[in-house]
Amino acid sequence: MEINSILIQLLNGIQYGLLLFLVAAGLTLVFGIMGVINLAHGSFYMIGAYLAWSLAELAGSFWVGIAIGIVLTIILGMVLEVVFFKHLYRRDHLYQVLMTYGLILIFEDLRSVLWGNDIHGVVIPELLNSSIQLTENLTYPMYRFFVSAVCIAIAIGLYLTIQRTRLGMIIRAGATNSEMTQVLGVNIKLIHAVVFSIGVSLAAIAGMVASPISSAYPNMGTQVLITCFVIVVIGGIGSVWGALAGALLIGLADTFGNVFAPEYSGLSVFILMSIILIWRPEGLFKRSYK
Amino acid sequence: MNFKITTRNLLVAVLLLMLCALPLFAEKFYVQLFSKILIMGIFAMSLDLLVGYVGLVSLGHAAFFGLAGYCAALLSPQYEAGNFFVSFSAAISICILFALLTGVLALRTKSFYFIMVTLAFAQMIFFIFHDTKIGGGGDGIYIYQKPLLAISGITLLELENFKTFYWFTFGWLIAIYAFLRILLQSHYGHALGGIKVNEHRMRALGYPVFWYKLSAYVIAGSIGGIAGYFNAIQFGFVNPENISWHTSANVLMMVILGGMGSLHGAVFGASVFILLQELISNESMLGSFASHWSLMMGFFIVAVSLFLPNGLTGLFSRGSKK
Repeated sequence: MEINSILIQLLNGIQYGLLLFLVAAGLTLVFGIMGVINLAHGSFYMIGAYLAWSLAELAGSFWVGIAIGIVLTIILGMVLEVVFFKHLYRRDHLYQVLMTYGLILIFEDLRSVLWGNDIHGVVIPELLNSSIQLTENLTYPMYRFFVSAVCIAIAIGLYLTIQRTRLGMIIRAGATNSEMTQVLGVNIKLIHAVVFSIGVSLAAIAGMVASPISSAYPNMGTQVLITCFVIVVIGGIGSVWGALAGALLIGLADTFGNVFAPEYSGLSVFILMSIILIWRPEGLFKRSYK
Repeated sequence: MNFKITTRNLLVAVLLLMLCALPLFAEKFYVQLFSKILIMGIFAMSLDLLVGYVGLVSLGHAAFFGLAGYCAALLSPQYEAGNFFVSFSAAISICILFALLTGVLALRTKSFYFIMVTLAFAQMIFFIFHDTKIGGGGDGIYIYQKPLLAISGITLLELENFKTFYWFTFGWLIAIYAFLRILLQSHYGHALGGIKVNEHRMRALGYPVFWYKLSAYVIAGSIGGIAGYFNAIQFGFVNPENISWHTSANVLMMVILGGMGSLHGAVFGASVFILLQELISNESMLGSFASHWSLMMGFFIVAVSLFLPNGLTGLFSRGSKK
């Protein structure tokens, strides 16, 4: 394999990994702070992609569509938290798994009612529809750089919010001891709703920015969800850094797996997981932000 | 176990007799529907051994179901019937092997990790059959003729006959129920119960906890494989959907519906689930709304997990126990 195509695949792998990080970060945050396994998390990714497609057509602009979409998913997150998820915080994982599985069935059916069962391509916005000249004979699509940049910006934003702001301090306190935090006068229920909503919108944003590359299609959430589960297992549940490391590893493993053994590319991710499980059963990073 | 003549025992006896006599008076459709229920009952019992008795929540139980099904399909020649003994034992051996390999890894983890790791392994099998040509890719493969249950040329049971097939699966259900019942009442079963309640204490008492869990995982996997094998030969068709996580989640739902930690509950949960699925996807009853059966199933699952943590049997027995 040429050095040029290796470089391209490397960039693709990192871009894919960063995108997965956005989804996995929400998954791991919600688990770390509320202790909920959310199987329906992948559905938010799908909802994001479909929102980007339909809102961009309605509003006539990709950017306006995304802006409206983000507001909508934040509201969706709040509503879901109040109606469904807050009842699950103290329950056994078994019931969390089942209820969120039920939600997936509901979301998939509503998706087919609202948007149909067709695959919808999303047009890359004019502004970013170009290529960057990397070397003399090597170009790379501008939009993929944009996706990576968005993901990196959000990752930094997330880090600063959790580590450096008052809200982040309360979130960390709530994760360690929610009752004590409540006793100190913090409205922990509101914090939970905010965290859940952040998780939902992170997954939806990932779906939105990915939609021009991957298009919007039925059941697209499932594959992302399972990949993110593997990421969280590798990285260590509850750890945002673990999610980042895991996401990049998986992004690269999947991309290069696709190049070298396309038929068995689905396996590379799981082989990586098995190796890490043998080495460190609790993941690479064990809940570092607590 | 001592058998007294009580109303409950009488009811059970009547129910069993009716189930046994079902093919004599019911139409083909219902006999096949009940065969499916029996098969899913076996499947649900196998998962209940893990979830209800050892406290291991697996979201990848469909892997065994699918592996055994594919094994049945791949070992069935296209133009003649395969040998039941060969394909059945091959299917179960594959399941045991897969359970050993993944169990060793998955059992290194606990609670939430275990759920995700079992799901991931099942997904791995899903991708193998979905993305490669081994088993016809996403379309799956057909089994044109059910395997032949014969010893040296003499056919013992005609599995092509839907009535015989029903009785055959019924026999298996009873046998597996009895096997699990005896297993769980043995010293081994009590040790499993101890592990569920307090693993550390059991380890401190000198029990090789890991081997207990692994063996339970292997037993559950191979019984899940038996269900998958029969499912494949009943429908004469296997596809990656058999291994998908929907199958794993559905069987978990059956276990919860029947009330965890009860073998007959698992069978009951399976029957309720299958009948409900049949009912809400019935177009002649619900018209075009039937195409949204997954929406209704979704709400049903959400409602059960929020309001009925002990399942339907929990609902019935609540009054009598207290």
